[in-house]
Amino acid sequence: MIHYNNSYNPDSEGFYGQFGGAFIPEMLFSNINNLKNQYLEIIKDESFQKEFDNLLKDYVGRPTPLYFAKRLSEEIGAKIYFKREDLCHTGAHKVNNTIGQILLAQRLGKTRIIAETGAGQHGVATATVCALMGIQCIVYMGEIDIARQAPNVQRMKMLGAEVRPAKSGSKTLKDATNEAIRDWINNPIDTHYIIGSVVGPHPYPDMVAKFQSVISEEMKWQLKEKEGRENPDYIVACVGGGSNAAGAFYHYLDEPEVKLVLVEAAGEGIYSGKSAATSILGSRGVIHGSMTMLMQDPYGQIIEPHSISAGLDYPGIGPLHAHLIDSKRAQVFAATDDQAIEAAFHITQMEGIIPALETAHALAVLDQMEVNKDSVVIVNMSGRGDKDLNTYIAVQDSDKTENIPSSGI
Amino acid sequence: MNRINRLFEQKKKDVLNIYFTAGFPKLNDLSQIILELEKSGVDLIELGMPYSDPLADGETIQYSSSIALKNGMNLDLLFSQVNDVRQKTEIPIMLMGYYNQMIQYGEDKFLDKCVDAGIDGLIIPDIPLTYFEKNLQEKVEQKNLAMTFLVTPESGEERTKLADRLSSAFLYVVAKSSVTGKTEELNENQIDYFQELDSYQLKSPRLIGFGIHDRASFVNAAKYANGAIIGSAFIRVLRDKGIDGINAFVSQVRGV
Repeated sequence: MIHYNNSYNPDSEGFYGQFGGAFIPEMLFSNINNLKNQYLEIIKDESFQKEFDNLLKDYVGRPTPLYFAKRLSEEIGAKIYFKREDLCHTGAHKVNNTIGQILLAQRLGKTRIIAETGAGQHGVATATVCALMGIQCIVYMGEIDIARQAPNVQRMKMLGAEVRPAKSGSKTLKDATNEAIRDWINNPIDTHYIIGSVVGPHPYPDMVAKFQSVISEEMKWQLKEKEGRENPDYIVACVGGGSNAAGAFYHYLDEPEVKLVLVEAAGEGIYSGKSAATSILGSRGVIHGSMTMLMQDPYGQIIEPHSISAGLDYPGIGPLHAHLIDSKRAQVFAATDDQAIEAAFHITQMEGIIPALETAHALAVLDQMEVNKDSVVIVNMSGRGDKDLNTYIAVQDSDKTENIPSSGI
Repeated sequence: MNRINRLFEQKKKDVLNIYFTAGFPKLNDLSQIILELEKSGVDLIELGMPYSDPLADGETIQYSSSIALKNGMNLDLLFSQVNDVRQKTEIPIMLMGYYNQMIQYGEDKFLDKCVDAGIDGLIIPDIPLTYFEKNLQEKVEQKNLAMTFLVTPESGEERTKLADRLSSAFLYVVAKSSVTGKTEELNENQIDYFQELDSYQLKSPRLIGFGIHDRASFVNAAKYANGAIIGSAFIRVLRDKGIDGINAFVSQVRGV
């Protein structure tokens, strides 16, 4: 039985402090309300938990290892662990949530699934669970992301999903999310919308965080086995919407000695005008039905973000994270495109693990932590880099390769 | 008395509300469009504040919003243009947009600017009813701005009555759960729904919107309410024919 008690649960209206809620047009109200009234009861039900746990174990491959990165630890001068979500079926943590939501959708009697995707990892994870359950699946994806994440588009199609291009606005994740929400407005009865991150109207941020909380639940006993203590000094995770960070932080929220570090995508530089560093550049407002921090102009028009990583290319941040930052429970670092690329090559050559570009942002700030040799740092290795090979190959083939530091050994 | 309330006091049937996006098709068309609509026999203007992420809107209004933003429309310009046209007309004008626009502009400043410009009411579809009641209702009423909330066939009696109570302009009856811009004819279920609303003893006048696009659909919808709202269909007229197309379109809807 999973316990979800912590002092960072949202209130009955879905607010974490001043962030969260459900700012949705009336056309969505009955769907969201229905979900809000039922999700806690469903996911606490014994038969649900049994099915969820079994699928996480036998289908996803959980528990994922907590790996001691020996060479990197020596270099940094601290004990660095990777929580290996990259070893999950489909290549990232995203599937933890889609397994939970497909089981929920079945119990709600839904027969059609829609999803949005940026990097394509959530789209693949959704198409996968729909294939598993034999349910129709439609994935909205920005036209630009379709071009830069081609292998994942092909995977979704092979899994039987229909990939619909989002052609409005910036043609990336935020627009794919708009299109998915519009689809849901048009198809309120038979459809469940599987949101891929801790964003959107209540109850999504809480529901997705709970499904992802298995990450930190495992970390606790795994670290206890390895270090004799449950609590690390730092947990580091990249943040776009923030689902991997929410999962990695969840069971540590009420452990104040565990420092929580969010790493945002700074694109070409935080103030370059091509960035996705939401908490630094953003201000309070509503995006995708949630009151949170978002990047916007003085008139409230949402600014198109930029990151080399499609999964972090989002102008908002989940309301839980906005609250964690606002209340100083979490601290924020930023990594640029170049720093992420450099970290990806460095970690690959130090540890033999090719990380996703998203994850590479988290890996890029490790040398900025205040640590000593006994400090324990867990990095959430949220996804693997297969989907980003085109980007990595382009870097490798360019002159820039000369500048990428090798391990030196 | 607020111009919207005066309208519904004087006119109980066939109220025609036309939506268009400020700054579309050209940046400075707003004043001329409003005057032309009034001259053609429109009762109420719903003026869209163009938004980058209009969640409740279909392709047509997404398109007009993106063009308007590219043209350079923003809230300061919108208020100043409404202020200018207000010297020439007494037609009721409501602003329609999304809550984020109001938050970022500053709620109090936004409401003050509305009053100064001569705007009569607001439709902000993503403000939750209970949130409005708790955080905004008092402010909005103090400014004598009238509010409109949306109800759908899925809202149910209790929620419809709450929306009715909080609406001080009219109740926006969404004909079918969808985004804006569909053009299907009304079916029996929808008509049953409109008739069911009669039995709720609502205090607010009701206008039916979503899918109303020509004379037939207007007349049909107006039978079951105080009137109806046309949005996307009018945007298509502006897109294809510009300001010159307004009179012919409204006359056709009016049957004159």
